[in-house]
Amino acid sequence: MKLADKTAKELQELLHSKELTITDLTKATFERMKELDPKVDAFLALNEEQATKQAAEMDQTEAGERGPLFGLPIGVKDNIVTEGLETTASSLILKGFNPIYNATVVDKLREAGMIIVGKLNMDEFAMGSSNENSYYKNTKNPWNLETVPGGSSGGSAAAVAAGEVPFSLGSDTGGSIRQPAAFCGVVGMKPTYGRVSRFGLIAYASSFDQIGPITRTVKDNALLLNAISGHDEKDSTSANVDVPDFTAALTGDIQGLRIGVPKEYFAEGVSEASKQAVKDALKVLEEKGATWEEISLPHSKYALSTYYILASSEASSNLSRFDGIRYGYRTEKAGSLLEFYMNTRSEGFGDEVKRRIMLGTYALSSGYYDAYYKKAQKVRTLIKQDFDKAFENFDVIVGPTTPTPAFKIGEIIDDPLTMYANDILTIPVNLAGVPAISVPCGFESGLPLGLQIIGNYFDEETVYRVADAFEQATEFHKEIPQTWEGAAQ
Amino acid sequence: MAKMTKEEVIEVAHLARLAITDEEAVHFADQLEAITNAMELLNELDTENVEPTTHVLPLVNVMREDKSIEGLPREMVMKNVKEHEGGQVRVPTILD
Repeated sequence: MKLADKTAKELQELLHSKELTITDLTKATFERMKELDPKVDAFLALNEEQATKQAAEMDQTEAGERGPLFGLPIGVKDNIVTEGLETTASSLILKGFNPIYNATVVDKLREAGMIIVGKLNMDEFAMGSSNENSYYKNTKNPWNLETVPGGSSGGSAAAVAAGEVPFSLGSDTGGSIRQPAAFCGVVGMKPTYGRVSRFGLIAYASSFDQIGPITRTVKDNALLLNAISGHDEKDSTSANVDVPDFTAALTGDIQGLRIGVPKEYFAEGVSEASKQAVKDALKVLEEKGATWEEISLPHSKYALSTYYILASSEASSNLSRFDGIRYGYRTEKAGSLLEFYMNTRSEGFGDEVKRRIMLGTYALSSGYYDAYYKKAQKVRTLIKQDFDKAFENFDVIVGPTTPTPAFKIGEIIDDPLTMYANDILTIPVNLAGVPAISVPCGFESGLPLGLQIIGNYFDEETVYRVADAFEQATEFHKEIPQTWEGAAQ
Repeated sequence: MAKMTKEEVIEVAHLARLAITDEEAVHFADQLEAITNAMELLNELDTENVEPTTHVLPLVNVMREDKSIEGLPREMVMKNVKEHEGGQVRVPTILD
């Protein structure tokens, strides 16, 4: 029986018909992870003992008491704290850190009956676009093991693409769910800022960070967002708004839908194949009754600079908590307390994290604050207004997720500006705080391309409806990478 | 175009409590200079009459009732502390 390519609904049918127990499914998941992960390197800490125990208990639950995600395996990005399971944010500075509580999303996964099988590799503290900034390992793209999976949620996207798990959680600050989802040919949703609680998400840039689901189908993605959304009194930036059933939006009906296509998302640097894939996707959506028009988001070209000033500034403050005193890595070389702090931090953080801490410290320092930080906050307003205006006339905005498909490991790691440019099409969305999804829409040189669908505030339903209509009309999501062949099911 | 010197990088690193070598400072100076120069693109825009955005949602302060709530048990809090003694965290000497 093949399990790796099954959707949540198909797995539930197998569990319901008693052809499969939750214990069998959990065991099969770990077998597949053990076979494939030495190649893909998506996972860090594994939760086999706990997961096996949980599965056996859950097998006792009556079918009538089980929800749509009950008993299904999930991997969690390593910047989301899990009680009793090592959580490092892929940094040396948190090596061995054993959280004493769960993130709110982790409690919600447990309430939905999901089984956490392990933690997923990422760029250190979610800073990066290739997973090469992990202290522990380089995750590979399952479509071509010499290329990067994207980042920072590279482990989360690669594990789903390789069929190691059907579900994962990532986090997206400047594109960290959508870019790796595009690179790995899976579905990745960044919800509206405030839709999902950030309590227990190790903070990088608090006014941008948002947790979201990565899956192989749009329906599974909507199911998982149902489970993790909602106001949380432990996160005062989580929005107190109603959470609809996102799966109810998947009607397939996009008759009359108005699509805006920003000309700035087809600028220099975006590959021809990527542009063509989006044009083809627009034809598919037109055939289903949607209309599209070229629009302008005039401040798009300022988004990258704005983001790096603001996110680095927030990071320099957020990461000041890592001092080696109460948890995490501690230097061996220190006379005074000041030396202790400085040595702990410089030994514990990697280069990209240091670069952003220094950039943020510089942007916030007296004499530069107005020129950088305040200026960037003002430009953020202009970028947000671009989206507000567009959504007066359009239901969704559509474009490529990334300028190119995945690049080779090691190719641009020493060139920060080129690396940052990877996120040029995803960053404006975080600056505005609106929701956006990436769905598979084509291939270039055997590597997947992503279609980005951006929606208005708290209108994930329309985003999902369009994504699902596209998925139903195309076959891209059914393609599987070569790493699957011959692997345990 | 702003020039980022090695000395400036050492100063910023100190503010950020990062120990860096001279060699690293030179390397970071080049990279940070390239990054900050790229960011000067924003100066093209007139933002004189634009309000800054700190948060995209209309947030208000969240108040709670002024009453004490129990914290985490001490042994839990100490679980990840590398060096502690008698319920207290050990740190290097602060005063000579």
